[in-house]
Amino acid sequence: MPQQMSQSTDRYPINPQLLAFSYARDSAAQSGCSVLDAAFERYFNLIFPDFVGGTGLSNIWSEPKPFTVSVKVKNGECDGFPDEGSNESYNLSVSAGQAVLKAESVWGALRGLESFSQLVYQDDYNLYFVNKTEIEDFPRFQFRGLLLDTSRHYLPMPAILKTLDAMAYSKFNVFHWHIVDDPSFPYQSRNYPDLSSKGAFHPMTHIYTQSDVKRVIYHARLRGIRVVPEFDSPGHTQSWGKGQPDLLTSCYKGKVPSGTFGPVNPTLSSTYQFLNGLFKEVTSVFPDSYLHLGGDEVDFTCWRSNPNVQAFMAKMGFGSDYTKLESYYMENIVNITAALNKTSIVWQDVFDYRERIPMDTVLEIWKGVPADYRAELGRITLAGYRVLLSAPWYINHISYGQDWRNAYTVQPQNFSGTEQQKKLVIGGEVCMWGEYVDATNLTPRLWPRASAAAERLWSDEEKTSSVDKAFPRLEDFRCTLIRRGIQAEPLFVGHCKHEYSGL
Amino acid sequence: MAALRLLSVWTLLLTVTVCDGWLFDGFAARRHSESDEVALWPLPQKFQTSVDAFRLSSASFQIVHAKESTAGPSCSLLQNAFRRYYSYIFGNGRKHGKNLENVFDADLAELQVQITSADPECDGYPSLKSDESYQLEVNQPTAVLKAASVWGALRGLETFSQLVYEDDYGGTSISDFPRFAHRGILLDSSRHYLPLKVILANLEAMAMNKFNVFHWHIVDDQSFPFQSRTFPDLSHKGAYHPYTHVYTPADVKMVIEFARMRGIRVLAEFDSPGHTFSWGKGQTGLLTPCFSGSSPSGTFGPVNPILNSTYDFMTRFFKEVSTVFPDAYIHLGGDEVDFSCWKSNPDIQKFMDQQGFVVCLQLKGDTVVEVWMNNNVDKELQNVTGSGFTAILSAPWYLDYISYGQDWKKYYTVEPLNFEGWCKKLVIGGEACLWGEYVDATNLTPRLWPRASAVGERLWSDENVKDVGSAYDRLVKHRCRMVRRGIPAEPLYIGFCPHEYSGN
Repeated sequence: MPQQMSQSTDRYPINPQLLAFSYARDSAAQSGCSVLDAAFERYFNLIFPDFVGGTGLSNIWSEPKPFTVSVKVKNGECDGFPDEGSNESYNLSVSAGQAVLKAESVWGALRGLESFSQLVYQDDYNLYFVNKTEIEDFPRFQFRGLLLDTSRHYLPMPAILKTLDAMAYSKFNVFHWHIVDDPSFPYQSRNYPDLSSKGAFHPMTHIYTQSDVKRVIYHARLRGIRVVPEFDSPGHTQSWGKGQPDLLTSCYKGKVPSGTFGPVNPTLSSTYQFLNGLFKEVTSVFPDSYLHLGGDEVDFTCWRSNPNVQAFMAKMGFGSDYTKLESYYMENIVNITAALNKTSIVWQDVFDYRERIPMDTVLEIWKGVPADYRAELGRITLAGYRVLLSAPWYINHISYGQDWRNAYTVQPQNFSGTEQQKKLVIGGEVCMWGEYVDATNLTPRLWPRASAAAERLWSDEEKTSSVDKAFPRLEDFRCTLIRRGIQAEPLFVGHCKHEYSGL
Repeated sequence: MAALRLLSVWTLLLTVTVCDGWLFDGFAARRHSESDEVALWPLPQKFQTSVDAFRLSSASFQIVHAKESTAGPSCSLLQNAFRRYYSYIFGNGRKHGKNLENVFDADLAELQVQITSADPECDGYPSLKSDESYQLEVNQPTAVLKAASVWGALRGLETFSQLVYEDDYGGTSISDFPRFAHRGILLDSSRHYLPLKVILANLEAMAMNKFNVFHWHIVDDQSFPFQSRTFPDLSHKGAYHPYTHVYTPADVKMVIEFARMRGIRVLAEFDSPGHTFSWGKGQTGLLTPCFSGSSPSGTFGPVNPILNSTYDFMTRFFKEVSTVFPDAYIHLGGDEVDFSCWKSNPDIQKFMDQQGFVVCLQLKGDTVVEVWMNNNVDKELQNVTGSGFTAILSAPWYLDYISYGQDWKKYYTVEPLNFEGWCKKLVIGGEACLWGEYVDATNLTPRLWPRASAVGERLWSDENVKDVGSAYDRLVKHRCRMVRRGIPAEPLYIGFCPHEYSGN
């Protein structure tokens, strides 16, 4: 729901034959702007799903009237990538025969095109109309992310690309790619090829090549979506050890190694040499200015068991407080990341263990019920850090019934704190962890439930406080998703004019 | 000699692999070792393995009718099945790199299918009494599948296709039959319209899991998609859309025949007197008008049981239904009847007084009772069978109730005969139900499979096949097999399939 919108009942017919997108004469972006040229073509097909092209016999009941969508962009930068400062605001004015879309940047223009595409509808005779509309819109939160986990289950490229398409329909703007973890390492590294050849589920079929990764980044860029990769450590790294021997800590049973491995070994300089090399590569492959370093759920048992680690603890004066060892590790890798000119995002565990991190590090809250995460929001922002909220949006947790309502009614700034603190909540993320999810069930499990969170992250909270009012709109939107080829599951009993025709 | 042969085979296979050849795709069973896991699902009643390994060649391997079979090329059900199972075995350009190291004992040239009964039932419909037993002997140079009727042959072909896929299995001797005769899946096409494609794909998946009853809960309160010839207004006014959200007579025929070809009965349910709101749209006067005090409130309740017109309609309607659906059984529903509307209606009150009613349900002796309420299930089964009625169990298997995690385990560990009673053989089977409030074509298939597979094994296999750990290993492979065959069955847990579902 846009920030400001007014519509009248006046409606204008649109003939697919006579709809044209154009750049306004005073637009800084013009023809040749890759993002918008591609968007014009894409949105034409999204707006007119029936249109097969060819002769104009489809619409003989109304007079041929041209309809122009004129786009004016103030900042003509077209070849860059969306990033944290990108301005996604836009104005859209629809009147007889034309829609005028004005935006600060091409990213705002994309958001405006999406809204325009949702304003066009078909009547019972399948004729296209759009109503007189005025929209002034901008996102409430600048970071609206969706996490996919490609380690617990490999997700084939079509599944990822399709998810990016659907994200754009809901104005998500960050793809948080939790690309590797314990079970598998599908990222094919240029400099460390053994990581995937030994750590992926299958070295040939269950990997993301450099060109796959590029493809994802470009597909996202054309939709105004940032790609923030996560290389989670020191925990969640079992698969890393397959191709990088001596990276993980050897667990001990008494005085001998047990044969199993634990988190990354934080006591060796070889560890930091490797991580420097890996992160150097990763930051050159992924253009976003942020890198997610993970830092969650580190189990200290293995470290405790290892005599070399124990010796290191003594040497460093950490006593028996292993959170200090974890801090030591995290501080090192956050510094490595900063030296590579990137900002780190880490899970809340890093803050909870009082680790020393640069003030521009972003913390992501993932634990607990509302009482817990509200308290955490207060604590983290009080300390002056920016924060992302994902705890209430773990939509991999399924249950019977209309649980989209839970996602919709989250209040990200409802915690005790000053206005200044509340501004530090820069957004949130919907997480689809992969333990029970792969390409067979990803799309219906994501949509339309993620769209409920999307509205919470974009729209004004007061204007969208009624779940009951949201229900019919989300129902319609779900049918729109299906029309656009996204296998979004039903909210409740009912039907769409055009049902999903696949499996 | 063997080494030389192996070398030439290797060369042949290598050459062909390079040329993207399909001619000599070789499939073999690796030399069987103790640690090899059998990934048959559901697990057959009896099977034995030997250490022999066989190779099949897609160029020359055939599935044929045995000379002594009472069925032959005119049996279209088997002809279709032979083709279908051939493509399951050899289809989708499967890679077989790992087989190149195997030592093959011999070629398996063909699978002979022998129907032994005088009447193979090729052109008949499956029924509750159908004999689904079969014997499968895999020895060189032919494998032989023996079954009393085509229904057993279908079950045996499925098992054979699971042996070959696995590649880990060598010589085999299987003797199999289902523990329960009624093994059903319920789909609800009223809460959400289900396009034909998704119904047919799930019938295909049912056959992979040896389910044999499609319980089609075709109409209900929300919509009436069944297009009736006798009462066209029922769907014209009661469907979500009279043209796009209906099942025409041709659609229904297609479903029935598609099911028949897979040994699946189509059991239609026309639920009444409750769950009939959509019926009243096209059949005015059928439903009870509810009253608010002494005047009609404008709303309607269950079917009006006091009017002759009701029974006239039902007679004519069910006459059509019984000609459309060939199965010997029909499901009449009878669940969740809310009495408040009846109570409010003065005509009904008068009728009740006149009849002097004590409400008493009298079932005919051959009625089957479906137990669905999930409280005191064992007591209910005890009562139903104790009163002499046959029972079907679905209460613990409402798969529409989703939750986070591996819930297939709780479906797998249900023991249908776990109640006190003398007449347990009256429990003829069970059904996994996927009610449609939150389900349509977008999420049906992954929600149903492989969770329903757990129910499938519970209903087919021996009651002592209940170890969840070893079931997990087999089910993971069976699930990947379904994915390979185009069914988007969702994952059980972390892991991967050699061929992932690439989706649409």
